[in-house]
Amino acid sequence: MKERVEIRLAGTGGQGLITAGIILAEAAILDGKNVVQSQSYGPEARGGASKAEVIISDREIYYPKTSNPDILLAMSQEACNKYFNDLKPGGILIVDSTFITNVPSSSAYQIPITKMTIEKLKKPVFANIVALGILCEITKIVTRKSLTKAVLERVPEAFIEQNKKALQLGFRLAKKELKNRKEPEEFTADE
Amino acid sequence: MPSKKNNYKLMQGNEAVAQGAIDGGVRFFAGYPITPATEIAEILSNKLPEVGGKFIQMEDEIGSIAAIIGASIGGVKSLTATSGPGFSLMQENIGFACIAEIPIVIVNVMRGGPSTGLPTSPSQGDVMQARWGTHGDHPIIVLSASNVYQAYLLTIKAINFSEKYRNPVILLLDEVVAHMRARVLLPKKDEIEVLERIKPTVPPEWYVPYENNLTGVPPMAAFGDGYRYHVTGLVHDEKGFPTSKPDEVERGLRRIFEKIEKGFHEICMVKYHYLEDADFCIVAYGSVVLSSLSAIEELRKEGIKVGLLELNTLFPFPRFAFDKVLNFGIKGFLVPEMNLGQIYREVVRVTERKVPVKKFNKIYGELITPDEIIKEIKKF
Repeated sequence: MKERVEIRLAGTGGQGLITAGIILAEAAILDGKNVVQSQSYGPEARGGASKAEVIISDREIYYPKTSNPDILLAMSQEACNKYFNDLKPGGILIVDSTFITNVPSSSAYQIPITKMTIEKLKKPVFANIVALGILCEITKIVTRKSLTKAVLERVPEAFIEQNKKALQLGFRLAKKELKNRKEPEEFTADE
Repeated sequence: MPSKKNNYKLMQGNEAVAQGAIDGGVRFFAGYPITPATEIAEILSNKLPEVGGKFIQMEDEIGSIAAIIGASIGGVKSLTATSGPGFSLMQENIGFACIAEIPIVIVNVMRGGPSTGLPTSPSQGDVMQARWGTHGDHPIIVLSASNVYQAYLLTIKAINFSEKYRNPVILLLDEVVAHMRARVLLPKKDEIEVLERIKPTVPPEWYVPYENNLTGVPPMAAFGDGYRYHVTGLVHDEKGFPTSKPDEVERGLRRIFEKIEKGFHEICMVKYHYLEDADFCIVAYGSVVLSSLSAIEELRKEGIKVGLLELNTLFPFPRFAFDKVLNFGIKGFLVPEMNLGQIYREVVRVTERKVPVKKFNKIYGELITPDEIIKEIKKF
């Protein structure tokens, strides 16, 4: 992997993105990586834009902040608008199209994360875990195995089954999106 | 890289302080919640009862420090945690603990000030307050943690120093270190050195509570052990009773400074990073150490030889480290801080400007970035 991969999870306070950041960091540790996680702290954590940041590396991580993330998961229009410009050139943008209608890049992965979560799992609270499944499948930043273990270690026992389902849903949604996006066959002039 | 069994944990700086407190033997915490230090109290409110300790939330920070002083006189290792405004309220009793020689640890997670200031953005504005916040000439030990792992280790060090030297120890964190989570592998229990305070071995009637000895640190009897003695904030004689006799005052006050001076080299902890061949030396503490190390990686890729003197002890100020660094042939110092130059002035003092000393300051509640440090180094 690259020396240092920076991931920002951004949305609205209450969407569980800080928990998602912690789980992602724990999954990276299970993969044997070095990791630093931080979050924005202040009035905006309450209902306003909220963000969690995770830095994953094979090497020692010093500076703990991300200024130009390689990966941005946006779960609200406001967060998407606020942080899209920070994304590194060629960086990966994943948006929850339930809330983000004005997508700033045609290369973004657009998945109705919250809508599908409600449809399949009846409750929006699992959307953060679905999002982690999607992030994992698209970016391969952590292994499925470690992510699953990290999720199951974090969540209360009563919710293990639903969280497992949430992860599976995330993996499926991502696969579908990846398939849909498959580059068209390369055109060569000879043909 | 990790062994087969992956024992690494994701841990927050404040969580590391709480775990360090438990592992260092703290069994009493009194505090009042304040961001960005609240997690320390929150975690200890769960953990302390599990190990037979006591947690109490006080009415304010004045009560909090008074309570830990009382608990410590009772023979229990005690700690409190707060942030700027609470730290200000604690100043009077820090002085009391200095003159009565009561071991306590105060963790201050620095946020932007003065007053209510910038809740709850990072800052390093309380450095000189930690040294001189309480009135009167007094000895103090101030430590500063630069990362999560160190927050754990230095909490234990702070407890040990406070017990060994019978003096308050202040551990400074900034919001960045306190709230970030990182991968850590904590040492095994038998790898940690935990010190206990020296208790009197003489019969109670022979006990002289503030008697000088070779270490300068008199044995400390716990209330309830059967040793009766007087504890006061007034300058006192060896028996603990108030005095204004010049020779007794002089002797008593000199001793509490000398006991710290005797431990100077043990107390003063620094780390030398990439300094042997360096042309320039960054002097940093707290989270700015992290920015500095990232900056050094980049600068060295460009062939600019920069090193870092990391200060883990701020007071007593580790002046010997600067002699050592100057001997490496350093051409200049850069002191980046999230204040307007509180340690910069110390660096100027001890280096006597034998080489240029520059400062870089940021006071709007954001961590100094590696790029900013790189720019400053290139201006040399």
